[in-house]
Amino acid sequence: MEVREIIDYLKSYDGKPLKLMEVCGTHTAAIFKNGIRDLISPKIKLISGPGCPVCVTPTAYIDACTAFAKTEGHELLTFGDMMKVPGTGGSLSENKTSANVSIMYSPFEAIEKAKADPDKVIGIAAVGFETTVPAYALMLREARKQGVTNIRLITALKTVLPALEWICENQNDVDGFICPGHVSVITGVHVYDEMAAKYGKPFVVAGFEAEHILGCIYRIVRQIEAGESLSENLYRNAVRDDGNAKALAVMNEVFETGPAVWRGLGEIPDSGLYLKDEYAQYDAGSRGLSEDMELPAACRCGDVIVGRINPDQCPMFGNGCSPIHPYGPCMVSAEGSCGIWYRNVH
Amino acid sequence: MKITMAHGSGGQSSAQLMSDIFGKYFNNEILGRMEDAAVLHVGGSPDGETAASCAPARIACSTDSFVVTPLEFRGGDIGKLCVCGTVNDLLMMGAVPKYLTCGFILEEGLEVDLLDRLVASMAKQAREAGVMIVAGDTKVVEGNGGLYINTTGIGEIPAGRDVSSANGRPGDVILVSGNLGDHHACILSHRMEISNDITSDCAALNDVVDALFAAGLHVHTMRDVTRGGLGTVINEIAGSSGVKIELEEEAIPVHADVRGFADILGLDPLYMGNEGKMIAVVPAEEAEHALEVMRSTEHGKDAAIIGQIMEGSGAFLRTRLGATRRFDVLYGEGLPRIC
Repeated sequence: MEVREIIDYLKSYDGKPLKLMEVCGTHTAAIFKNGIRDLISPKIKLISGPGCPVCVTPTAYIDACTAFAKTEGHELLTFGDMMKVPGTGGSLSENKTSANVSIMYSPFEAIEKAKADPDKVIGIAAVGFETTVPAYALMLREARKQGVTNIRLITALKTVLPALEWICENQNDVDGFICPGHVSVITGVHVYDEMAAKYGKPFVVAGFEAEHILGCIYRIVRQIEAGESLSENLYRNAVRDDGNAKALAVMNEVFETGPAVWRGLGEIPDSGLYLKDEYAQYDAGSRGLSEDMELPAACRCGDVIVGRINPDQCPMFGNGCSPIHPYGPCMVSAEGSCGIWYRNVH
Repeated sequence: MKITMAHGSGGQSSAQLMSDIFGKYFNNEILGRMEDAAVLHVGGSPDGETAASCAPARIACSTDSFVVTPLEFRGGDIGKLCVCGTVNDLLMMGAVPKYLTCGFILEEGLEVDLLDRLVASMAKQAREAGVMIVAGDTKVVEGNGGLYINTTGIGEIPAGRDVSSANGRPGDVILVSGNLGDHHACILSHRMEISNDITSDCAALNDVVDALFAAGLHVHTMRDVTRGGLGTVINEIAGSSGVKIELEEEAIPVHADVRGFADILGLDPLYMGNEGKMIAVVPAEEAEHALEVMRSTEHGKDAAIIGQIMEGSGAFLRTRLGATRRFDVLYGEGLPRIC
């Protein structure tokens, strides 16, 4: 089907009002970049889900990272997005004069740094979903193989599926899910089968081009119109139905699941990934980092993260909270829904 | 609050710092225009009555500091860059660049051979851009062999030229002189040790600007597209001119290598920095002629018409599939120490 026909169909849709959730922050960004909302009927509402790992990270985690980086002989590596997330004593960026923090592009930089300076302890702020977990696992496997012992991970690694389950259980007004393309590369598509059947909603995996997203919305709408609720894979050149077996194997070799706190959602059982006993020497105290800083009373971070309200419905949006002075991480991260809305809508 | 790298991004945080600190104390009607270069009226008598000993003239003055790392990169180095950057700022006001001063801050440990190469490169670029380096200063500080250069430039604005960010009018057309993002992608490739053929666009734009005026075109606005990228510059023009600007996404030129690089890293060429690109705003009826003129020059050969000015406010992009979305200035850090 031509993209023009899909746009015509979605633009003229006049059925029952629908609420579709894009789970992944990269999808939220692509939806704005391509002006997708402008190409579909106002009866199809797109809401942003909890799909930005930085945004759901509690304050205690930032504080643990800052404390690590401020310790004599320690250096912390992090991806750029984490630098500006506020902690109780400021962000990593604000603490840069007293904290030894560097931006990394790949976790493997830790091995090079650790070998170059064996007296130093190299920490990694490992934040992410399934997409990034295999890289940390591979790096640690390699570090252990090479006998490198001066690397520590502070993990806030999470799996997406339990969060989707939480949303289906607690907020049953979402009509269908635009499932994350990158996460699904690892997990595959069959993982959504059971939820699609149990909750009676379509789960459709999409890539990140405008055509992919429009195609995905179209399939969800058509499924709903036909009374179907299936998992579907529209990102076949990247996503296998069974996922990536090798990546899953190395993840399971290094990490095990445990409870994790999601900002806005609370603690979700089995949604966090922690180092197994065999790799415990590489852990810098990642379990139990659940405390969250008290946000201003007007802050609706939690409601934004689960798509209960759009970012611009939060009273603090652009009114004390902006990408320059963020309160919540969803305003900080390039893939956080508040930050994306602010840059595009404000 | 402390200074963060975002304050040097050329985007929203830089603008905030300008207005909160520098603007607050330095404010005057020349600085307040926030153009690429200040336009100064010299000669004549201050009250505009009979001329004193010299005829009245307009000069443009601009200053810029260069902190790029690495000091040498594919397509240029800090010596070439510190001439091009200031020369381009003067050109954007319609000035003919004449003189430069330079201030060097050298860190202990800098290789003298490297300094020699960088200064030779600077001298070569100054000759090519038609500017004379007439004053300088050198300081040495502790450090790790780094180097920072400040250049200040002066140029003459020929009578009859009236170029300003505030001169965009509804109906005007916007042209860009070539592919976006080359310098940004080049510097980032060096830092990430990624080998590719992406070359910085670092260049003085004398040829493009001279050709536009020689053709008798009525150029309303010119801006070089540096830190903060096209997205930031277009928003600034929309604000200064009090107009709405709409760009065509598909018309914005980006080299395939840079596009691929940007896609992988999640960068948007709309916000990537350049060091040899400019936009020109001309009346609609002169747009095709201006395009032809720009394309006839070495540094404008990939020029394109990318959008137009309308009544209203804000900056908008017509996407490939026909949607319209608003875009804002750069938020956050961008790439530190790009220029």
